[in-house]
Amino acid sequence: MRDFNEEELERYSRHILLQDVGIEGQEKICAAKVLVIGAGGLGSPIAYYLAAAGVGTIGIADGDVVDVSNLQRQIIHTTAEVGAPKVESAKRKMLAINPGVTVDTYRMMLDASNILEVVAPYDFVIDGTDNFAAKFLVNDACVLAGKPFSHGGILRFTGQTMTVRPRESACYACVFDRPPPAGVVPTCASAGVLGAVAGMLGAIQAAEALKFITGAGEPLYDALLSFDARTMDFRKTRLARAPGCRVCGDAGIVSLQDYEPAACDLKPAG
Amino acid sequence: MKLIVNGDDKTFAEEKLSVAALLKLQSVEYADMVSVQLNEGFVRRPDYDATFLKEGDTVNFLYFMGGGR
Repeated sequence: MRDFNEEELERYSRHILLQDVGIEGQEKICAAKVLVIGAGGLGSPIAYYLAAAGVGTIGIADGDVVDVSNLQRQIIHTTAEVGAPKVESAKRKMLAINPGVTVDTYRMMLDASNILEVVAPYDFVIDGTDNFAAKFLVNDACVLAGKPFSHGGILRFTGQTMTVRPRESACYACVFDRPPPAGVVPTCASAGVLGAVAGMLGAIQAAEALKFITGAGEPLYDALLSFDARTMDFRKTRLARAPGCRVCGDAGIVSLQDYEPAACDLKPAG
Repeated sequence: MKLIVNGDDKTFAEEKLSVAALLKLQSVEYADMVSVQLNEGFVRRPDYDATFLKEGDTVNFLYFMGGGR
């Protein structure tokens, strides 16, 4: 139990007022450790909301520096920070919003050799990566480490997310099995993405993390939420664990391997 | 044949319809762009041609989305 001071009671009052959160829920938030992988389109709103919510320890992993083409959607970075490491830029904004949180930065691209060590101290992991090799690696690492996590993917005007409790609910590989062949599925870099779509999905993922921490509501376990911002149609597809899942099934993986990074261009029609 | 495809009721003239044929009818550009959920389970890519749909089946095409940064 922690004693909130006056400032904290004020700061978190709108959480504390929520019947499903309350003082106990806010205490859990302040004691929680959440890792955000990717400080980009999804990672920006996620990092902002987790810091604002008072998540006690927030890890943020990204090996990149801010590029001017990021600024259309990666709202935690500013024009003046072009060229700066993304994790440092993100940390500055997070601490500016809430000096009461601890931000641990990992200025590296995670791979099979280092990801288990990075996820180990955290209660919950959020995928904000931008390619299938990384998304499957995050899934595999979280399944192996038994870490609950939020998967997120965006493209053009669409987004999708699911929350995974390893070996209890469907994992990313139960649904998508393995990365699509290189070049078949376009990336944001080749096909574009509406900046606000990243914000929509990132906010949903942040909400999932806070629901997981506080126990409020029902996380998106065994469900894939997808939306299309052109029509604002939201759809929840019910899922179940695949008994023969390559990753979390009975004969699932016992160690990590890196996936082939996919090519970035859409196959020409025909 | 009546199917529920991505939540919508659809009627198809075809008597016999494989997953691969349905993907074409539904204008999925490349079969590899989606994961196919048939009722509770998933059909993996090598089985698209040999898996045939039954009246009333629920089929979901779940698109791969790899973006995020």
